[in-house]
Amino acid sequence: MRALQIRGLTKVYDNGMHALKGIDLDVEEGEFCALLGPNGAGKTTTIGILTSLINKSAGSVEIFGHDIDRDLTLAKACLGLVPQEINLNLFEKVLNIVVTQGGYYGIPRDLAMERAEKYLRQLQLWDRRDEVARSLSGGMKRRLMIARALVHEPRLLILDEPTAGVDIEIRRSMWSFLRQINAAGTTIILTTHYLEEAETLCRHVAIIDEGRIIENDRMSRVLRKLSVETFVLNLDREIQAPPRLPGYEVRMVDASTIEVDVQNNRDINDLFADLSGNDLRVVSMRNKANRLEELFLHIVDNKAAANRGAS
Amino acid sequence: MTGNRVRVRQNATALWTLVTKEYFRIVRIWVQTLVPPAITMSLYFVIFGNLIGRRIGEMDGFGYMQFIAPGLIMMSVITNSYGNVVSSFFGAKFARHIEEMLVSPMPASLILLGHVAGGVIRGLLVGFLVTLIALFFTELRPEHPFVTMSVVFLTAVVFALAGLINAIFAKKFDDISIIPTFVLTPLTYLGGVFYSISLLPDFWQKVSLANPVLYMVNAFRYGILGVSDIPIDYAYFIIGVFIVSLYSFALLLLKRGVGIRE
Repeated sequence: MRALQIRGLTKVYDNGMHALKGIDLDVEEGEFCALLGPNGAGKTTTIGILTSLINKSAGSVEIFGHDIDRDLTLAKACLGLVPQEINLNLFEKVLNIVVTQGGYYGIPRDLAMERAEKYLRQLQLWDRRDEVARSLSGGMKRRLMIARALVHEPRLLILDEPTAGVDIEIRRSMWSFLRQINAAGTTIILTTHYLEEAETLCRHVAIIDEGRIIENDRMSRVLRKLSVETFVLNLDREIQAPPRLPGYEVRMVDASTIEVDVQNNRDINDLFADLSGNDLRVVSMRNKANRLEELFLHIVDNKAAANRGAS
Repeated sequence: MTGNRVRVRQNATALWTLVTKEYFRIVRIWVQTLVPPAITMSLYFVIFGNLIGRRIGEMDGFGYMQFIAPGLIMMSVITNSYGNVVSSFFGAKFARHIEEMLVSPMPASLILLGHVAGGVIRGLLVGFLVTLIALFFTELRPEHPFVTMSVVFLTAVVFALAGLINAIFAKKFDDISIIPTFVLTPLTYLGGVFYSISLLPDFWQKVSLANPVLYMVNAFRYGILGVSDIPIDYAYFIIGVFIVSLYSFALLLLKRGVGIRE
C-alpha cells in the first residue's frame, strides 16, 4: 500500500511566493524516505501541508488512501510529526506532554501512560519524566518531540530535521532508534541537512529544489548517478610531486596525502595497481565528501546552471 | 456504526484531555490566576463597599455593599473567563505547542469547547472565591438560585468565547491586552456594577441599554437580590444571541485556520 501519494501539490503564499510548483511524490508503506533540498526549497511547506499546519493552494494528498480534503481526521490519525522548530510547552512536565498528546489522539490515559513510558525509556528520557521541558537540553527536547509523535503509534512518521544541533553520540542513538521503528513497520519520511544521515538511514530519496521534485528514486540508483568520486589517500612515504596516473586526476594535499578523482566506470583496483607501479603504497583511504552530498550538490548546481542558461 | 462510536469515544477523550489540561494549568499557576482577582475584589469591597458605600447609603432598597456585591462577582467572572482563554490560547500559539492539537484528529469544535471550558472553569472558580470574600462584608442569599447559576455560567461562556476570538487574531502580546483594557473594562464599569442606571439621565439610560454587560450584571443581581434595571427575559435573549454568534464566528475562524495556519 502507498503510505503517501502527492499529486500536483502547489502552494502560493499570501506574499506571492510560489513555494511548491505542482509536486508529485509517492512513498510506499514501510519505506524510509529522505526528502532533501536546500533551504527554502519547499520541504517544510510540503510537510506543513501533509500535517494540515499549512493550507495548500492546489493538488491532492492521500495518506494511506485517506484524502486530506475528504478524510482529514483519518489521515491525521495515521500521521506523526516531529517538527523542525521546538514546539513544546516548556512549562509542562515531560511525561504530561507525551500523555496529553495521546489524549488529543483519543487514546485512553492508561494506554497513553504505558506508551509514554515505553518511548521515553527507549529515548533515554524516562528518568527526566517529572521535569519540565524547559530544563531539558536541546537534544533531549528533540527526543521528547519524537516520543510525543509516537504516542499514538502512527503508521507514517515525518521527521523534519530531527537531529539538528544534536551531538554525534545522541544522533547515532537516534538513528538506531529510527531504524528499529522502521523495521517494526512504521513508514518514515526524513528531512535533514546531514546527508550522511540520509545515506545511512534511507532507502529512497527525493530531492526538492525551488518547489519542484528534481530527483525521486531508490537511494542506490541515485548514488549510481554520481559520475566521479573523490578519494583521499594517505601514502606510506612523502613525495615531491603528484604521481602520474593516466586516466585519473590527482592533486597533492600534503607531502604524504593525495586526492584522486575516480570515474564511475573505472575499477578502483586499477588505481591501486597504478599506485604500486609508481612505488607508492596506500596506508589508508576515505571518501573526500559524503557521496550523497556530492551528488546533491551536483544535481542542484546543474539545475542552477540550466536555469541561468534558460534565462 | 462501530466506527462512529469509536470516533465519539476518541473525541470525548480528546476533549477531556484538553479540559483537564486547562484546569491543571489554572491550579498550577494559582498565584497568577486565583489570587490577584481575590485581592482586587477585596479592595473593591473595602474601599467602595465599606468606606465610600457608607456615605452613599441605599441603592434600589439595598445597602451599597449588598448592591455592588453581585456586580463585583460578575466583573471577576467576566475578566477571568476572558483572560484565561486569551492567555492560554495565545500562549500556545506563541510557543507553537498549539500544533500538538492542530496535527491531531481533534475537530476544531473540540479545540473551541475545551478552551471555552477552561475559561468557564476559571471564571466560576474566581466567582466562587469572590462570593466567599463578599460574605465577609455582606449577606447574600440568592432570591432566584436557578437564574443566579445559569446567568453566571452563560456569561462565563460568552466571555470565554470572546477571549478565544481575541487570541485567534492576536499576533503579539500587546494584542491580548488591548481589548480587555479599552473595551472590556469600560463596558464592565459602565455595565451597572456600581450603580443602577435609573440614576442616569434618560439619554444615558438609553445608551447604557446598548451595553451587553448591563444585561448580564442585572440578571445576576436579580438572581441574588431580586432587583434588576432590565427585564430578565431580555438578558437571557441577549446572552443567547452572543453565545450563538460568538461560537459560530470562533468555529469558522478555527476551521479556516485564521491566525493558526498559514
